[in-house]
Amino acid sequence: MTTAINTKIKPEDNIAKGAPVIVIEHLFKRFGKNVVLKDFNLTVHGEENVVVLGKSGAGKSVLIKCIIGLLKPDSGKILVFGENVPGMNPDELDKVRTKIGFLFQANALYDSMTVRENLEFPLRRHWIDLSQKQVDQMVSEALENVGLKNTGDMMPSELSGGMLKRIALARTLILKPEVILYDEPTTGLDPVTSREIDRLILTLQKKYHTSSIVISHDMNCVKNIADRVILLLDGVCYADGTYEELEQSGDEKIKQFFEQ
Amino acid sequence: MPLIQDTSDFFDETGNMAKFTGHFFSHGLRPRFEVKELFAQCYTIGYKSFPLIGLTGFIMGLVLTMQLRPSLVSYGVQSELPVMVGVAIVREIGPVITALIFAGKIGSSIGAELGSMKVTEQIDAMEVSGTNPYKYLVATRVLATTLMLPLLTILGDAISLFGAYIGVNISSVTTIHLFFAQVFQSLSFSDILPAITKTFFFGFAVGIIGCYKGFNSSKGTQGVGVSANSAVVLSSVLIFIIDLLAVQFTNLLGLN
Ligand SMILES: Nc1ncnc2c1ncn2[C@@H]1O[C@H](COP(=O)(O)OP(=O)(O)O)[C@@H](O)[C@H]1O
Ligand SMILES: [Mg+2]
Repeated sequence: MTTAINTKIKPEDNIAKGAPVIVIEHLFKRFGKNVVLKDFNLTVHGEENVVVLGKSGAGKSVLIKCIIGLLKPDSGKILVFGENVPGMNPDELDKVRTKIGFLFQANALYDSMTVRENLEFPLRRHWIDLSQKQVDQMVSEALENVGLKNTGDMMPSELSGGMLKRIALARTLILKPEVILYDEPTTGLDPVTSREIDRLILTLQKKYHTSSIVISHDMNCVKNIADRVILLLDGVCYADGTYEELEQSGDEKIKQFFEQ
Repeated sequence: MPLIQDTSDFFDETGNMAKFTGHFFSHGLRPRFEVKELFAQCYTIGYKSFPLIGLTGFIMGLVLTMQLRPSLVSYGVQSELPVMVGVAIVREIGPVITALIFAGKIGSSIGAELGSMKVTEQIDAMEVSGTNPYKYLVATRVLATTLMLPLLTILGDAISLFGAYIGVNISSVTTIHLFFAQVFQSLSFSDILPAITKTFFFGFAVGIIGCYKGFNSSKGTQGVGVSANSAVVLSSVLIFIIDLLAVQFTNLLGLN
């Protein structure tokens, strides 16, 4: 019943930003009778921050889980660096996952491990050859990046919500991914901490030149970090444009999100 | 129609569990084994349950002996007490009680641990970090329970028999030497082998059901509690079913 309104942004505007990093074409995903994505299309370019808006249960998490191969779409293509993720075997998936960072909504830190072990986990598990010295150095660099140098020996249960988010961010970034997928990075945090996380995301993005897809309900966060905003509604990309373009849109369904 | 719904749920669940078990054999046991994690699991699983199994085994041997004594006395065969108790413990009570305690202790902790990892997306995080959760979490735990339960059963049997020795000594005097000599004379290889063999299956059942329930935990703290609970209930029932099948099987083989 809805057709995507592609507000203004023309492909040629984006090409200036960088070559496409993620290209999603005709993506379908459903769970039983619950159709979550139906013919969803999206392109993310190099060094671009795309924010995905959408109601709770719209399928935003499902979308990014398909991108990293945690869920398999029913049909459609997801090209990451030109390679189709749903068609990959486990080894190819492991390889492409070293280039994609994923920040889980609930952080997903391993609560039986210390902060240091949490950060070492992806380094050791991707079976990359690293000496202990290199591992130590990468861990301390990652902790420094998020401003939590002295927490290495603490357990996740000893840290506050904002600190946990930072540690999760450090773990996401430790392999220096080229693409980062953030699932509601500021949901559940107080406004001050949320702004800190926003700034951190932007700083680290500038430092490592990453592209990202950020899911968010937090309009301050959206305003701060979005190069482009899309609205996921009824399984399709309902709107696509800059923050200002969507804010000024006359469409009722888009307006709802900016009225808070 | 609740009955039809229940029946179809039962078959759904059984099918999913069979699929999960199939996945364990096809994916969990492939190379790049998680040896370090397997040893860590064997250590925690064995270490965590040993005190409880030791204590209950001791009491069970003691009480069983004290309960059996009057009956044997009335037939005038109280000298056969060590034999009776030894056979009962080694062939049936030891393996089954140990497995049930193990299910309560380890099955629930695996269900709860993996359940909370599931709902907090830690399992997804592992997968994203280049780790196959079937190998790292499931295979290590299932192998650990399969290997540790037989060991724990042997230890539990020994402690139980010691409890029985104390029980015999309460109203008459035997040396520990004589007691164990009597017990082992009455036990043959065909008593011990099937009794220990079935504990591998008990251990496997506890591990795979704990993991299955954990992996299929529904969101929320309640979901984790439910998976821990149903892991214990289901593996306890399965222990009795396996026990029943085992006795039929050994009878068929003529090993009794
Ligand atoms: N693993 C799953 N199994 C079944 N249904 C799922 C699963 N994951 C998500 N869903 C359903 O897909 C829909 C979208 O979920 P989700 O992407 O988590 O929403 P959100 O946009 O809030 O992140 C919801 O209706 C949810 O119930
Ligand atoms: Mg979500």
